[in-house]
Amino acid sequence: MNSILEIENLEKNYYTKQGEIKAIDNISLKIKEGEIITIVGTSGCGKSSLLGILANIEDKTNGKIKYQKDKPTIGYMLQNDALFPWLTIFDNAILGLKIAKKDTSENKEYVKKLLKTYNLEEFINKYPNELSGGMRQRVALIRTLALKPDILLLDEPFSALDYQSRLAVSADVFKIIKRENITTILVSHDVGEAVSLSNKVVVLSKRPCKIKKIYDIDLPYDNPIDNRNTKEFNELYNKIWKDLDVYVN
Amino acid sequence: MSMSTNQKKFLQKERRNKIFVILMQILIVVIFLISWEVLANKKILNPFIFSSPSRIILTIKNLFLEGSLITHILTTLYEIVLAFFIGIASGFLIAILLYEVKTLAKILDPFLTMLNSLPKVALGPIIIIWAGANTKAIIVMALLINLIVSIVNIYNGFLGTDEIKIKLLQSFGATKGQILRYLVIPGSKRTIISSLKLNISMTLIGVIMGEFLVSKKGIGYLIIYGTQVFNLNVVMAGIVILIILSFIIYEGVSLLEKRLLQEKN
Repeated sequence: MNSILEIENLEKNYYTKQGEIKAIDNISLKIKEGEIITIVGTSGCGKSSLLGILANIEDKTNGKIKYQKDKPTIGYMLQNDALFPWLTIFDNAILGLKIAKKDTSENKEYVKKLLKTYNLEEFINKYPNELSGGMRQRVALIRTLALKPDILLLDEPFSALDYQSRLAVSADVFKIIKRENITTILVSHDVGEAVSLSNKVVVLSKRPCKIKKIYDIDLPYDNPIDNRNTKEFNELYNKIWKDLDVYVN
Repeated sequence: MSMSTNQKKFLQKERRNKIFVILMQILIVVIFLISWEVLANKKILNPFIFSSPSRIILTIKNLFLEGSLITHILTTLYEIVLAFFIGIASGFLIAILLYEVKTLAKILDPFLTMLNSLPKVALGPIIIIWAGANTKAIIVMALLINLIVSIVNIYNGFLGTDEIKIKLLQSFGATKGQILRYLVIPGSKRTIISSLKLNISMTLIGVIMGEFLVSKKGIGYLIIYGTQVFNLNVVMAGIVILIILSFIIYEGVSLLEKRLLQEKN
């Protein structure tokens, strides 16, 4: 199998006092190594639950999740950078290693190298509040990359940023992901982000979420910002927007 | 960098304002003390009931010379320090327990609310019977007052931990203990430190209340003793010493709070 991850008939139900809520309904998906996939869906459709299950911090109700490796390392980035304000940039970057008890001198050197490669070397002993939003996201990504993940899960990691920074920071982060060649699943409700950043876009229906359509994306440029100005981008954007079936009451 | 004239003017105004406030504060104290002294000397205020600043100073001096003043102060201080540290340490540990065992927190919730709203002094007589008429009863009294406040305060601080950060640590495979050590406790530093200040105020109330009920030494005892023998000079001397002591302790804790919060975070 050349899929790094296979999701088969995944289901997720939530049980509340008001009743049972089906969040994910029979999702099957194969993800190939090195692919960058974006899952789009309207707010509250169950996208984040899907990532939570893949990250092993939420239980599934039914279905199978098969990783190529027996014990894959999973990197998870959430809605904001979640840097710890009381830790230095370096200590933030090695937090995952510390928790996983993998903070060997070799791995720490690797983190230092990553910080250096991505222009954060001079901020190693600074604190998060001394960095710009973009830099903080880069640190959050390095914190995840430090564990050398087999697969990277991004749960709307740019949603806390304003539109301008969002474009710049997402382009920056994806440049790093492509360079490090990591299989990535991004969850977003931003169609533009999905089309400009990924190889494949999976459109989910409203709750309970099912796969509505899958688009293969092949845009001409490496830089997502350049891709936004192409004809192909606009066509795909409009198609996916229609699929999402968003309307305002 | 040179300062602009407007900036200089602004700073001067700020400084003048600060000096004015301090001068006014001193003036209020001076006027109060002088009026009190004069009114007591002219017998407009009965010095037997109201005492007077000079009589208070004389009483404090006598208490000091006969050696009992230091004993009273040290006794009260010892009780405050002991109750304060036991209160903070147990409050912290119980808050961790409640945070970790959510069902326990739910079970104990109505009891904590009840204990929190109960005027603890009502339990005084029972405490004397259970703990004995000694220092233990005073510490228990102070703990009853400061512990609940510490628990509730620190626990609420823990509950305010960012869910996203918890998820992040879980994705790293963190254990409950690691989440506490790396996130919940350092993230609640501010709340824990601010609960020190609240705790010290509560401890002071508890200790003095305890000394009112059972003691043979301490400032609370001095005040109660003075009332019993109707020597208002001793009562007032006790209150003055208590004001000074509370002020010093409170400022000390405030300073500690400032120092701890100033550390880079």
